Amino acid sequence: MGFSPLIAERRFGYGLSPHVAAPGSVDDMLDAVRGPDQMADQFPIPGFRSLQQANTIKIRFDQFARKATTPPDESAEARKKSDAIVHDFIRQRLRSFGQMQLRRIHGTSNFRERLVAFWANHFTAQGKIAMLRQAVPAYVEEAVRPNISGRFADLLTACVTHPVMLEYLDQTASVGPTSKRGLRAGKQRGLNENLARELLELHTLGVGGPYDQTDVRQMAELLTGMTRTRDYTFVFRKGWAEPGRETVLGKTYGDRQSMDPIRDALEDLAIHPVTARHLSTKLAVHFVSDTPSEALISDLTSAYLGSGGDLMVLNQTLLEHPLAWEMPATNIRPPIEYLGTALRALAVPPSRFADLRPSETRKFFLRPLGVMGQVWERPGGPDGWPEEDGAWVTPQGIAARLEWAMNVPARLLPDLPEPNAFLAQVVGPDASETLKFATSAAENRAVAVGLILASPAMQRR
Amino acid sequence: MTQPLSRRQLLTRAGVIGCSLAASPLFTPMTFAQAPWDKRLIVIILRGGMDGLDVVRPVGDPTYAALRPNLNTPDAPDLDGFFALHPALAGLMPLWRKQELSFVHAVSTPYRDKRSHFDGQDLLEAGTSALGSGARDGWLNRMLQQVPGVAADTAFAIGTTPLPVLEGSAPVANWAPEANLRLSPQAQRLAALVMEEDPALHAALAEAQMLSGAGQDSKGGRAHQQIARYAAARLRGDARVAAFSLGGWDTHGVQHRVLPRSLQTLQDSILLLKDGLGDEVWGKTALIAMTEFGRTARENGAGGTDHGTGGMMILAGGGIKGGQIHARWPGLTEADLYQRRDLMPTADVRASAAWIMRGIAGVNRGVLENTVFPGLDMGSDPKLLL
Repeated sequence: MGFSPLIAERRFGYGLSPHVAAPGSVDDMLDAVRGPDQMADQFPIPGFRSLQQANTIKIRFDQFARKATTPPDESAEARKKSDAIVHDFIRQRLRSFGQMQLRRIHGTSNFRERLVAFWANHFTAQGKIAMLRQAVPAYVEEAVRPNISGRFADLLTACVTHPVMLEYLDQTASVGPTSKRGLRAGKQRGLNENLARELLELHTLGVGGPYDQTDVRQMAELLTGMTRTRDYTFVFRKGWAEPGRETVLGKTYGDRQSMDPIRDALEDLAIHPVTARHLSTKLAVHFVSDTPSEALISDLTSAYLGSGGDLMVLNQTLLEHPLAWEMPATNIRPPIEYLGTALRALAVPPSRFADLRPSETRKFFLRPLGVMGQVWERPGGPDGWPEEDGAWVTPQGIAARLEWAMNVPARLLPDLPEPNAFLAQVVGPDASETLKFATSAAENRAVAVGLILASPAMQRR
Repeated sequence: MTQPLSRRQLLTRAGVIGCSLAASPLFTPMTFAQAPWDKRLIVIILRGGMDGLDVVRPVGDPTYAALRPNLNTPDAPDLDGFFALHPALAGLMPLWRKQELSFVHAVSTPYRDKRSHFDGQDLLEAGTSALGSGARDGWLNRMLQQVPGVAADTAFAIGTTPLPVLEGSAPVANWAPEANLRLSPQAQRLAALVMEEDPALHAALAEAQMLSGAGQDSKGGRAHQQIARYAAARLRGDARVAAFSLGGWDTHGVQHRVLPRSLQTLQDSILLLKDGLGDEVWGKTALIAMTEFGRTARENGAGGTDHGTGGMMILAGGGIKGGQIHARWPGLTEADLYQRRDLMPTADVRASAAWIMRGIAGVNRGVLENTVFPGLDMGSDPKLLL
């Protein structure tokens, strides 16, 4: 097997669009990932900085409102303004959900969108406190998205030093026990191993990797000093860093005067052979099947190592590998990807998303996603969403997909597409006789479109 | 339909739906094992940090009124002369008088200081002493792992909010009434036909068609009402454990307006469960409602309360020894408070849950202290159950 436009869109993208042409070759797909990020320009998602600025203003309103000398009416006014900023944060996050879908609906380079989703899940971070709860889209936009076709070390560094990640995995609470800050704090604050452990277990070597508790401990000591300021800016505080050298996986990193030893350790972890294999396996599982062939994994691993951890080489090796195009499609699309695929098939226009009220975004997308088993941006832990098909093929999950497919499209589009033409456009030559029959036997257009969207051809890739 | 499906009905419908059910976990022989015990356990996770001091108010504590100048309204029905109940729960007073409602006050998980909902709920549901101890399953699932005869329809996680407390290797049925298929019979038939070429999807859909429908009436109602009806319908049948979440407890501002809404939802859920279970099953039911932490002892400037430590647990059901408030009351003067701000926890909330499970499912103390809640000291029997 090898390249076909249909498989390219289905396995490596968000399915067929009735309007956007499928790529013509593997080179087309790779060039699009290397080239300018058109979708990010067309459907922008604001970065972290704008959230920080708004948050600083919010804090000022809060402080003013709390001050004993503030007259009650001014205090109430300040509180109102502070609340308005919080509401803006929430609206912005919901808008980001729409922008994400629009990129998938109208994108000509959906392999890029899939890679972003893949690495965002690999580097799962969740907002735990205050304004960070609304900051995950910004985190993905600036730590993950620009780094999916460069060196893995750069992606790794961008993610584990981002304030959202630092807070999520408690790095902001970790203080070197014999650092200046550690000695001053007494027993109140000490080392927190959370980020160090996940860095080894999830982000790089993988759970069976060649590290032990001592490595985790040393890594945690090495990471001390990385934290954030009160306005959520990344900062390296020398006074928090555990003094002395740290040995991780047999290699010793120098004294802790700057970020340099941490960066060195991240570089080393990025090109570790066990990391290469871990990432290659995960990529093959995600794009090809839950049980990918050993040949594919080892070819990906060698390409990754040979290039010094270059993700573009990894992407190219995957797409040029005949085993990556093998049929049948066995992977099930997770719910968020499934919605993206359905919305691309329906070609929902940008104006429709612009008109959505927050309550509609919740009703049409976020709540159904929850019933399907995937609450947006809330996976169960730092290991992200599961890849195993069994996690998604549950009675509740499949029923929820069917419900969505039958009911929501008609709420999104004033006119649903003509079912037979729609079937040809979005399922294409794969349409089974049964599906053709069911489409024509449906009692109305909404049911026919729903059956097409819920069909196995749309759910598997 | 308002009746739960009997096994016979399940079988009949299974026959209609087709042979892909053979692959379904609900149809393994285990399903037809005798239910492992007879009593029912309902666990409600109250997400957001319920203000125990406002829900069961220690009005007899001389310091209370000063801490809660605005929240301490005079219309709270008296419970035992020292504590009074939030007026929004007045509808539960008949249960209190019938000794089917009680409270465990000044309790918490071992979680301290960071006061994050996220970590607090993680620890509440993991049931461990500290976060990051490696357990990725929840305590209620670990309890199920320890008792024989647990089948695919013994325990139900209900609703769309994930319930880590029930996640783990023991079988649990997950169902959200929102997923109930409201398609016409013709559309359902066509959907099953379309799925036929994919056995796994087909089996999932067939199972959904069976899980769907229990406890539904034509009105539907709000999510929590559907959940309570669904839970009751299942527990009237073979299910022995049901868990779900209720949100809306994070009352940082205008608590006098926000909290009553959440309490109304809780009260509604409890009364619907009682109603749906019927006297006989309600009589052998213990319901526990627990939250990740309590809130600050003092009101804040916005008429609300902030994240705190010591909280409160609610018990209901015909199977509990009601009409009492279990608490080693720590007092509320500044020196009594945890870090001079929060109600001091004087007991581990996990111990209450452990004693309940001991009584309901007959799990022994060693297993509870070592496996279900590793490292917990259950202390002496608080006699929470009849």
